[in-house]
Amino acid sequence: MEIKEKKDSNTLIFSVSGRLDATSVGQFEKHIMEFINKGEKKLMFDLSGVEYVSSAGLRGILTTSKALKAQGGELRLIVCAGPVMEVFKITGLSSIFKIFNTLEAALA
Amino acid sequence: MTTLDSKKLPAKLDNLETFIDMVSACAVNVGFTPDKVSSINVAAEEVLVNVFNYAYGGLDGDVEVNCLVDNSEMFIVEIVDSGISFNILSAEEPDITLGLEDRYIGGLGILMIKNLMDDVKYHRNNDKNILQLICLKKS
Repeated sequence: MEIKEKKDSNTLIFSVSGRLDATSVGQFEKHIMEFINKGEKKLMFDLSGVEYVSSAGLRGILTTSKALKAQGGELRLIVCAGPVMEVFKITGLSSIFKIFNTLEAALA
Repeated sequence: MTTLDSKKLPAKLDNLETFIDMVSACAVNVGFTPDKVSSINVAAEEVLVNVFNYAYGGLDGDVEVNCLVDNSEMFIVEIVDSGISFNILSAEEPDITLGLEDRYIGGLGILMIKNLMDDVKYHRNNDKNILQLICLKKS
């Protein structure tokens, strides 16, 4: 898994690629929490380049989302149709998160 | 039933990638779409991580993964461990209607396995847990 971040005005966008799974989720959480602990409030996870997200990966997204919400922040997700969107639907998490198809829609 | 590939390794998270790479390569060779391959990988991971975490109660043990095809119609990922008797299919499913604050962040794996696969079969034989993730090649 790889994470690249870039800033678009006041939103910090994390582009994730590879597998967000039980092996990589620790690294994912640690990386994101560094930014949350620095006080970043508006985060976006771009999962359009992710090969798959397992339940361990979903837990990482939930954990970071809760930490962000606890300090008044907001998380948006970019998820394309396909297997990644399917796991969000299966687990009911598609109704919890703000999910968009494209970066443009998420930033609007 | 034809075995496409097989691996037996210690039931440790360090070996997850090796197992998933094997499952992925077999699913690609059988002709599944990239989306379906991802779904198969996710289901295999859910079962394997559960074995890594719980099957041997902190002691050492092995897990074996066999990729099989049956009459060219079914692709089967068979996961075998010699740990405590456990049927993942009988595990309780989480309440997926709860909001973010109340969400229990465990137990999602079982939902994924049941929903992503065409069929899942469990049996206990010779003190082994044998779980089969089954995908129809037409799906």
